[in-house]
Amino acid sequence: MDFSVLIDFLPLILKGLYYTILLLVLSLVFGMILAIPIGLVQVTGPRPLAWLATAFCTVIRGTPLLIQLYILYYGLGSLFPQMPWIRESFMWPVLREGFFYAVLAFTLSFAGYEGAIMKGAFASVPKGELEAARAFGMSPFTVLRRIWLPRAIRIVLPTLGGETILQLKATPIAALVTVVELYGAAGQIYRSTLDFFPPMIMVAVIYILLTFIITRLFNMVERQVPQRR
Amino acid sequence: MSGWELLASGWGVNLLVGAISTLQISALAYLLGLVIGLFGALGKLTGGKITRRLLDGYTTIVRSVPELLLIVILYYTGTQALNNLLVSIGYDPIRINGFIAAVAVLGVVQGAYSTEVLRGAIQAIPIGQIEAAKAYGMPPLLLFRRITLPAMLPYAIPGLSNLWLNATKDSALISVVGYLELTKITQQAAGGTKWYFMFYTVAGALYLLISLVSLKAFGMLDNYVRRGQPKVR
Repeated sequence: MDFSVLIDFLPLILKGLYYTILLLVLSLVFGMILAIPIGLVQVTGPRPLAWLATAFCTVIRGTPLLIQLYILYYGLGSLFPQMPWIRESFMWPVLREGFFYAVLAFTLSFAGYEGAIMKGAFASVPKGELEAARAFGMSPFTVLRRIWLPRAIRIVLPTLGGETILQLKATPIAALVTVVELYGAAGQIYRSTLDFFPPMIMVAVIYILLTFIITRLFNMVERQVPQRR
Repeated sequence: MSGWELLASGWGVNLLVGAISTLQISALAYLLGLVIGLFGALGKLTGGKITRRLLDGYTTIVRSVPELLLIVILYYTGTQALNNLLVSIGYDPIRINGFIAAVAVLGVVQGAYSTEVLRGAIQAIPIGQIEAAKAYGMPPLLLFRRITLPAMLPYAIPGLSNLWLNATKDSALISVVGYLELTKITQQAAGGTKWYFMFYTVAGALYLLISLVSLKAFGMLDNYVRRGQPKVR
């Protein structure tokens, strides 16, 4: 095992790290934006929307992420080129890339898992607080913006760190659709040096470090938020 | 040919065979994980300093490295180590059976998670119950069978249910090392016929079916191990 060969590949490794983090951040942000309405409609209704949101969460949580990614990448990816208006659109360079499908699949996946959690969080905000807000004459949207959502987010905050780590651990799957993130970079190094362990052990260590950093980061955020029980 | 004709012409049967293969790998890996987990949990709770350190290292590393990377590393290390061993004692290297390798690799991953679930469940048992059993003079094995095991199950089942669902979903990752389970067979079907969307959707539906039936079964099991306890909520 000779780890010194890795130095030649430093730019590739850094590029991989960049794409891993970009994939993680994009899917977390977009996923969370989707998860809020998905969680909310399951508590407030209307019925058909609530049913749809529950079905979405069940399907996402009941199937492997790998299959979801393949449906989007190979399935959608094989349909798009047949539609001329998509081929000619300005989005085509993006729609050709594996990275786009990886972000889409990871976003939907995170929305499914987090949507189920947000549902629980919205449901567990004390009724009295919402009634008090309404009694002050707040409109439903203001209640959501000022009271319901901030309280729900505080409730999920302790679980968010763990969910982020799970999401990080899912990112190597993107390498299977040609995204050169950390694991994809390790694969490329392996193919050009034919030495398996140095690149693989190295990215494993990077993932452990990233996990550690995320844990620290969320602990810091959690300490910023005053909790009164 | 239409999609239905393709499914009827033999690909449908292939997918079902793949689903059974997925279930076999997951079930055996889950059981292996449970055995590792049980010894791991007991080791963490009753072992000496070195045992505890080693087990902490195992669960921490396995749980913070992505499953895909772990599966590839374990698969490669395991097959290479075995062949090196065979060569060093004078045998020819063999092609390792993909099924056994898949089960072993997934089982080692599952074992780390099982260890933590079972450790937590055993720790959640009110200590007085175990002290009372000791006071009755129960030997350790009898105490485990009569008290620890039934008392910890209600705490363990939700976690174990999640682990089983993860095992079925993680088994899809085994396709990257080439074993013919549901995902790999679907890849062949989709690539061979160019009906990507349909085949991956059918595979997704099979995984979903496995998940939903499992959830139902674990719900019933949960009710069974909680019999005699007050209802939660």
